[in-house]
Amino acid sequence: MSLLAVENLSLEFRTRSGIVRALENVSLELPEGGSLGLVGESGSGKSVLSFAILGIQDAAARITAGRIRFAGQDLLANEGRAMKALRGRELAMIFQNPRVALNPIRQVGQQIEDVLRRHTDLRGKTLRARAIECLAEVRIPDPERRYAAYPFELSGGMCQRVMIAIALACRPRLLIADEPTTGLDVTTQAAIMRLIRDLGHEKGMATLLITHDLGLAREFCDKLAVMHAGHIVETGPTEAVFRTPAHPYAAQLTRATPVGQDRLENLAAIPGNLPDLRRTDLPACRFAERCERRADDCAIPLPRYEVGAGHTAFCHHPTRLEAA
Amino acid sequence: MSQLIEAIDLVKHFPVGKKLLHAVDGLNFHIDSGETVGLVGESGCGKSTLVRLLTRTLDITDGHIRFHGNGIGLIPARAMAEHPLRREIQMVFQDPTDSLNPRYTARDTIGESARLLTETRDANEIRRMVEEAADHVGLPRELLDRYPHQLSGGQKARVGIARAIVVKPRLLILDEPTAALDVSVQAVILQLLDRLKREMGMSFLFVSHDLNVVRLLCDRVMVMYLGQIVETGKAAEVFARPLHPYTRAMIASLPGGLTGGQASDADLLIGGDPQSPIDPDPNRCRLLGRCPRGTDLCANSAPLLQTWADGRSAACHFVTP
Repeated sequence: MSLLAVENLSLEFRTRSGIVRALENVSLELPEGGSLGLVGESGSGKSVLSFAILGIQDAAARITAGRIRFAGQDLLANEGRAMKALRGRELAMIFQNPRVALNPIRQVGQQIEDVLRRHTDLRGKTLRARAIECLAEVRIPDPERRYAAYPFELSGGMCQRVMIAIALACRPRLLIADEPTTGLDVTTQAAIMRLIRDLGHEKGMATLLITHDLGLAREFCDKLAVMHAGHIVETGPTEAVFRTPAHPYAAQLTRATPVGQDRLENLAAIPGNLPDLRRTDLPACRFAERCERRADDCAIPLPRYEVGAGHTAFCHHPTRLEAA
Repeated sequence: MSQLIEAIDLVKHFPVGKKLLHAVDGLNFHIDSGETVGLVGESGCGKSTLVRLLTRTLDITDGHIRFHGNGIGLIPARAMAEHPLRREIQMVFQDPTDSLNPRYTARDTIGESARLLTETRDANEIRRMVEEAADHVGLPRELLDRYPHQLSGGQKARVGIARAIVVKPRLLILDEPTAALDVSVQAVILQLLDRLKREMGMSFLFVSHDLNVVRLLCDRVMVMYLGQIVETGKAAEVFARPLHPYTRAMIASLPGGLTGGQASDADLLIGGDPQSPIDPDPNRCRLLGRCPRGTDLCANSAPLLQTWADGRSAACHFVTP
């Protein structure tokens, strides 16, 4: 059974200028200890989906359909009360910009203690000892001294480690990492990603990695889900999606990534922009208006196309393996 | 090819209390006419300081900068706004949203550059220059009267580039021009820059920490670490066979690797953070402490940048050509 299962989730934002259908019929699964990369350009709904999983979406957001199940429990039941007990303990998240996400006027050790105090019975000296242990787990050198540091005294990479320490303090079963390395240098990025991966392996923790860097997702995730304008258009084992993308958007996204390309001319650009999700006349396929394979049937509900084992695309005109 | 800009023993120190922060510490390099040079290095290594020195918006501490053979290092940053050389060196900034005036239309933004930096005062002539620049960067003319918030990220990036090229500079400095763009748009902008380079014959200094982008766009690459150049060479060669441990570490850190790269896990840096740039020990390699190969030799003598016959150079005791 999967640890996390999002089933046919739809979410909309009510704004003054209309209803934004930010997620529509989104489904994904993540097994215990697995890693899933959620990729797509900005505005495709990656972060909205992860916030919805944690129940921290904006007040203007409304989940209109679907379920989110975590270890068999329905997270949306009881108006999210089930969620509150789990968030921070079983599910944890690390955010994009560590300097902004950390409290600037509290010592980083205290910020770890805050989480531990909320979810465990540890108090006093044992609490402090555990907080220092958490800093050591994320390979922060000299954790006793760093306990008393404020975020501004630490480098970006160190702040990100502190945030990971906070997220992992209660040994969650699921870690959601939203662009955890954006703004960090490549060398730091590699260190942070390896840390997340190793800790995931050590503790059997599942990871949902949200990123627009396909190279990163390719290296660190077993499975990939490609999002476009609030839809998941393709999902499958990472290498399969990279080698034989069936959905035209997934195909263009992989070709637009400079990783592994040897000539600038081979880089593909994806024409057009994300459609305005406030429109009421959106075709069933939200990529249709940017797509080279558009046909009349793109307006009717999308079929599910099985590309291979566990590899699915939602498209009327997928790249079929036998044709390729 | 002739040298367009040359830096000789360029130094910039910032006072921090009684100490000195060595932001740029004795750089020697040149950029030829029509050449594209990539400048890579982690944040805090002095890339931005170097850019500000070259654009003469920051006074140098020591050394020389020559532009077309003329020393420009001593032009005070305050006087640069009025200096005739200003139009020769133009910049494209990182975030196309932050670097555009929200109350200017695209036409105002591009036109302002033309009006201030050329002798042209004729409104029709400026209009013509703006439209020509817009055509060059593939910005549809009907978008010229829009404000930044009415433009997409890719279109704003084009406005930023048009503003820089409207005065036909000889050196264009691009500071992470694609970092704020989505992958879907990044490719178009990179191809645009590549075309501009060939059509207009400008030299580019391309500052980035996206090595994949540098590899695809640049002729030559310079790697900076804590205020010093640690490796230079032809981009294709540096990426295929990095010499300096820091370059090797950067390449090994790239997710998905590089075509032709042969870096391995053993190349990864061990320590997390660089040394402090404040009053660094002049007789110590600056990578020491993070470098997998560091020895006593590195603690007692700082390696100098050596150049070999094939035009490559690196600053490391353990590198042999």
